[in-house]
Amino acid sequence: MLNEDLKLKLTGILPLISFEEGGEWLNVIVPSEELKSFVLRLRSGPDLMMDYLFCLTCVDWKTHFTIVYHFSSTRYRHNIVVKAKIDRTNPEIETVSDIWRTAEMLEREVYDLFGVKFLHHPDLRRLIMPDDWEGWPLRKDFEDPVNMIRL
Amino acid sequence: MIEEIGRTTEGDLIINVGPQHPATHGVLHLVITLNGETIKKVEPHLGYIHRSIEKMCESLSYRQFIYVTSRMDYLSSHINNHGCALCVEKGLQIEVPQRAQHIRVIMDELTRIASHELWWGAMAMDLGAFTPFFHAFRERETITDIMEKTCGARLTMNYMVPGGVMAELHPDFQKDVKQFIQLYKSKFEEYNELVTGNVIFQNRMKSVGILSKEDAISYGCTGPVGRASGVTCDIRKLYPYDIYNKVDFDEITETEGDSFARYVVRLKEMQQSIRIIEQLLDNIPEGDYQAKTKAVLKLPKGEFYQRVETARGELGVYIVSEGGTTPYRIKFRSPGFSNLSALEHMVKGLKIGDLVAAMGSLDLVIPDIDR
Amino acid sequence: MFSLERTTRFIHEWLNLHFNPAAALITEFVLVGLSAITLFALLGLGLVWMERKVAAVMQIRLGPNRVGPKGIFQTTADTLKLLMKEGLVPDGADKFLFNLAPFIVMIVAMLILAPIAFAKNLQIWDINIGVLYLSAISSLSVIGILMAGWASNNKYSLLGAMRSGAQIVSYELSAGLSVLSIVVMTGSLSIRDIILSQENGWWIFKAHIPALISFVIFIIAVTAETNRAPFDMAEAESELTAGFHTEYSGMRFALFFLAEYINIFIVCAIGATIFFGGWMPLHIGHWQSFNHVMDYIPSSIWFLGKTLGLIFLIMWFRWTFPRLRIDQLLNLEWKYLLPISMFNLLLMTIVAITGWHF
Repeated sequence: MLNEDLKLKLTGILPLISFEEGGEWLNVIVPSEELKSFVLRLRSGPDLMMDYLFCLTCVDWKTHFTIVYHFSSTRYRHNIVVKAKIDRTNPEIETVSDIWRTAEMLEREVYDLFGVKFLHHPDLRRLIMPDDWEGWPLRKDFEDPVNMIRL
Repeated sequence: MIEEIGRTTEGDLIINVGPQHPATHGVLHLVITLNGETIKKVEPHLGYIHRSIEKMCESLSYRQFIYVTSRMDYLSSHINNHGCALCVEKGLQIEVPQRAQHIRVIMDELTRIASHELWWGAMAMDLGAFTPFFHAFRERETITDIMEKTCGARLTMNYMVPGGVMAELHPDFQKDVKQFIQLYKSKFEEYNELVTGNVIFQNRMKSVGILSKEDAISYGCTGPVGRASGVTCDIRKLYPYDIYNKVDFDEITETEGDSFARYVVRLKEMQQSIRIIEQLLDNIPEGDYQAKTKAVLKLPKGEFYQRVETARGELGVYIVSEGGTTPYRIKFRSPGFSNLSALEHMVKGLKIGDLVAAMGSLDLVIPDIDR
Repeated sequence: MFSLERTTRFIHEWLNLHFNPAAALITEFVLVGLSAITLFALLGLGLVWMERKVAAVMQIRLGPNRVGPKGIFQTTADTLKLLMKEGLVPDGADKFLFNLAPFIVMIVAMLILAPIAFAKNLQIWDINIGVLYLSAISSLSVIGILMAGWASNNKYSLLGAMRSGAQIVSYELSAGLSVLSIVVMTGSLSIRDIILSQENGWWIFKAHIPALISFVIFIIAVTAETNRAPFDMAEAESELTAGFHTEYSGMRFALFFLAEYINIFIVCAIGATIFFGGWMPLHIGHWQSFNHVMDYIPSSIWFLGKTLGLIFLIMWFRWTFPRLRIDQLLNLEWKYLLPISMFNLLLMTIVAITGWHF
């Protein structure tokens, strides 16, 4: 489906969303409370059928975080990007690991590196850093005088 | 290498496999819960080779960060570099000359063959046959010698730059590659005789580690792992980059989703790579090997995503740029990460010997997973 | 013509001339014992070198080629190194059994040497129940393995030892039945009689199809009995440490290591004796002139050549095939090899009774 059709369809599902211009794929901005129901519709909607989550990441914008999801459909071959803004001081968002199994490890990685809590995740613990590591490495204000060398 | 680290309340054994392995894989640490010889739970512990590449790239310029990515999936280093270069070119809207595109695709396919060769040797060694390892390296050495003449390095070949390739091809390149293709065609029959047709191999790999199509999509498995379960996910066909839309090759899919299917998919992919190289080798157009670009690159504000097909699956390069000389955030969507997440689902209820076969067929490279 | 028989007869007569019979006998015992141990040492060294060279050739490389001409002293160097290593006894291990196990395995290997005929009239003890003796004594080696696994006080050694034990005990059946099928043709259990009955041709040619089936089953079974690949799941490196000899180091490990290669030599010697005639040269029926020509090659060379050929075959298996899983291994024996060997025994008996052999 083309971007314009997708835009119409998605606005029909959830009027609260907004779109970001630029980029080759449709960028949808969703309020973080509505995220779970929105992506459920993406997964199960008959014309959408986004069954392939291929990237889940987080960007630290210093005032807030943005969780970015990249979805694709193996049937219709359309791709969209869903973004959700969350608060930096208390970052929490619903998990999507019950819909796409790949999110289990991807969300663990985001938790490990940014400190974002995914509610109702089956097993949220550190993945890459040692279990007793203090701090969230990929945040912009992460300081580590021993290990970090600023160029 | 295997030591017991505890018992659960029901009396199941918890053991460590790794992080040091006698062969291949790299530093993968699995904590397995066993009941007798049957596996109940597999938990990968990652991070032994985490080098914080994503954070490092935030302070490297757009020309520099490509060289760090060679070290991610070091067996398909050209393809990693290719993906990063393409992403930067997408942002800057650079047009890559035809000659450079041809060279890039040939190098990619040679890298794919080299990676699959190493996988083949290592998988056979895991299952107990030691000879295929040496045979595989014989072919791989030929490829790395060709790479060394042109790119200067054997493993981390930093040859791609935004705009094209770094240097002109070595004058012997076409002759060497033609010799390699001759050698390879004569040896490929040996591979089938020695390993594929062997009853013992087939019994150890068939019906081991089955991954259904829905599970493969849900776990995000791409590359040969996904294709063996019936998912058509070859990026070279779906979202072609460079001149992949002009070459003729097949996408190999199987339906059973077991270790043997993954094995067969990779073997056939090697043959398709040879086919691509043969089509391109004699037709490299003349021209520049690099487009003219500014010395200091600055991507415009925005986000750019580029997908390439490495030997392991779909690598995604996601650059978030604020207009500066360094990226604001880079994320590498690594294929091994998603393939590994499917491991537990595949081997639940099987024996330790089957775990080894399933891990071998997944073709994991841990630096790719840990970044 | 070179013959070891004259040497042994000369020594025997010389001793009896100069000493009383009892002292001569005891001296002969001692000499035989020493030569058996020397043979062991030389065989062990030689076979390990051969394995490494054969492996190298199959893997397109050179193998040991620095220590001595063509690397023949490599194994000596390795054994010296092993001897100088510290022999650790794990805390909590059963000291007596731990120390005893390698010796049991070695002693069993030496005992089996007794009825094997190395050349014409060069046999330590021609017992009239030779084949039965071989089967019985080779079963004793399982005790050594289980002892090693148990006494190590290590869960994985025990697991490996039990797997090994199960594997050896199962495959002994098939090996025994295939040897028995030739005994049916010969009519005698004595090794000397079996070899002499092959004067007009080796059993593998004379008793055509059943003997061929027997031989194939025998080779598979002895590869499994000596824990060689493709049946070496018990000591698979990429899976369970190193099986029953994990905790052994230094001299005790050297004994296990050498005992494995001696075992290979012994089972190949038995195979060569039973199926290929031992020291008997290749004779074809009653072609007198051909047989006479074949007799010019000394019998010890015949024996060594056949044994080394079978050893090469077993080494070839190791570097070609992957491992079988433990349940596939036991399946193979109980569901396939055992019924086939029993049926084959029946077939051989029919062939013997009706005389449909050469």
